[in-house]
Amino acid sequence: MEPFKNLTSKVVPLDIANIDTDQIIPKQFLKLLGKTGYGEYLFFNWRYDQQGKPLEDFVLNSSLFSGRQILLTRENFGIGSSREHAVWALKDYGFKVILGVSFADIFYNNCSKNGVLVIKMDKNTIEDFFSSKTNENFEIDLIQQQIKINSKVFDFDIDPTLKSYLVNGLDEISKTLELGNHIKKYEDKHKVSVETESMI
Amino acid sequence: MHEVTSPQAFDGLRINERKVRRPDLTFATVDHNVPTTNRSLPIVDQISSLQIKALENNCKEFGIKLFDIHDKYQGIVHVIGPELGLTLPGSTIVCGDSHTSTHGAFGSLAFGIGTSEVEHVLATQCLWMKKSKNFEIVLNGGLKQNQAVTSKDVILNIIRKIGTSGGSGSVIEYKGNYISSLTMEKRMTICNMSIEAGARAGLVAPDDVTFEYLRGRVYTPKNELFDQQIDDWKNLRSDNGAQYDKTFSIDIDNLAPQVTWGTNPAMTTDVDSAIPSPDEYSKGNDDEKKSAIKALEYMNLKPGLPITDISVDRVFIGSCTNARLEDLIEASNAVKGKKVSSSVKAMVVPGSQQVKIAAEKLGLDKIFINAGFEWREPGCSMCLGMNPDILQAGERCASTSNRNFEGRQGTGGRTHLVSPFMAAAAAIAGKFVDVREWV
Repeated sequence: MEPFKNLTSKVVPLDIANIDTDQIIPKQFLKLLGKTGYGEYLFFNWRYDQQGKPLEDFVLNSSLFSGRQILLTRENFGIGSSREHAVWALKDYGFKVILGVSFADIFYNNCSKNGVLVIKMDKNTIEDFFSSKTNENFEIDLIQQQIKINSKVFDFDIDPTLKSYLVNGLDEISKTLELGNHIKKYEDKHKVSVETESMI
Repeated sequence: MHEVTSPQAFDGLRINERKVRRPDLTFATVDHNVPTTNRSLPIVDQISSLQIKALENNCKEFGIKLFDIHDKYQGIVHVIGPELGLTLPGSTIVCGDSHTSTHGAFGSLAFGIGTSEVEHVLATQCLWMKKSKNFEIVLNGGLKQNQAVTSKDVILNIIRKIGTSGGSGSVIEYKGNYISSLTMEKRMTICNMSIEAGARAGLVAPDDVTFEYLRGRVYTPKNELFDQQIDDWKNLRSDNGAQYDKTFSIDIDNLAPQVTWGTNPAMTTDVDSAIPSPDEYSKGNDDEKKSAIKALEYMNLKPGLPITDISVDRVFIGSCTNARLEDLIEASNAVKGKKVSSSVKAMVVPGSQQVKIAAEKLGLDKIFINAGFEWREPGCSMCLGMNPDILQAGERCASTSNRNFEGRQGTGGRTHLVSPFMAAAAAIAGKFVDVREWV
């Protein structure tokens, strides 16, 4: 996984709450076999009309916001289906950071596995960002856990383990397999086998 | 495992030259992409076909048991797990699907994960987790309600009251007289939709109902081993006086059949009431008000419209929420001797081959077909429109599934979530009816 230490970008303001993963990536696009290529289908039903024409008032279709790497949103982002394709679509499109009030648990986890930084901030701060900062540069420093906008500094919280994975670009499976002996000890102690029906 | 969320996980194993650590504890089926029509014909959708083939190849390569499209045990993953006795109390169960919470009905810790975590489990048989909060929901009363008000109505009502993020960061444990009175299938419906309240998982302490359900199933431990296990499983309950982080209770005695009107499962109301106004719904929360306005526009519904005035174009009885035998029996009771309205296309999709066979033994297929329903092969079907069963734009559907998000059942499709009895009655009447008065 690519390490994430810092990023400076303006935000794409997606001023909608309760965005579910069916909106982020509709089901017909879950049939791809890889992890890339989903960016063009991001928010598909909100970006294009039935004939495939871009819908003018959707924020991703505005040239003003193109190239920005931070998605700013409201509460409860990513509810619904566990599809990790939602994260792949956001990442593939170009978003490296998602900033909002709250996030669905599974979605939040999925982001952490793909090097996408999710920052939770309180409702008032997010409201402030939407009303007065959609054209400012956000300097995000993961190590300091700070966002600097002009000269104002906003602190954010993040789980230390998750932070270390992101900052160092660690591969979680390799780290787990380093504990192979512990896993074996547990398995030896709790013998479970479905086929042979031997449960101890 | 199923075909949609696994290909990239297997690719990851291959690229890193890793094996599946515990193929004996890994099971797969095909459900999301499969057509529910004649299975002897090749799959028309090329991309679906490729995804299904990929799962077959991956399971073969990594030594995983697959209940494939022709297998007698094939079905929706969360229907076949319990049916086969793979879901056992006290076990930890994961799947690349958020409705994995279904299995919590057996007192197992079961939750959905993304594809990267699927790969992690395949490689290590472990997951890194943060301990969830404990949320207790006590369900009392409701014992006098008949088939008109079901566990589907109960869970819709719960989500309506606590919201789509009410259970965030928590595992919800369901308790109370009502829960104890439920069959396993009814408990599964409640645990299934726990994710729609934002919870990680749902949980019901196992009891004699649980043990009797599991006795004698294909993968359940047998004979003395089973009896030994039951002794252990009886300890899987919360202590009296246990402290919960959150607690909530519902009295079910006066609960009416529920119908969703909007574009998330919390946007729900009683069948004998009307579409709420955005102000009524949002209770002062601006963002919720905007969501409600957007939802009403998408659903083409106006505040004040009685629910029983809403006509439907399609009826779908199926999904991991409500496609088990009891669901089909209830739905068939609603339609016996009656005919589907001429303005409605209706179908029943059994949750698994075993459910289908059992239903056919009871003659349910004939009841449905005589009434004018289509009787299909098992799969996720119209729950999420990844297979040929899709709503057209503007079509309104009474559905026994679990999500009514925009475009869920087809781009521009309008979903109303209800119980099997309510869906079946809607097929006959051509619109929603209060099934407490259904004869």
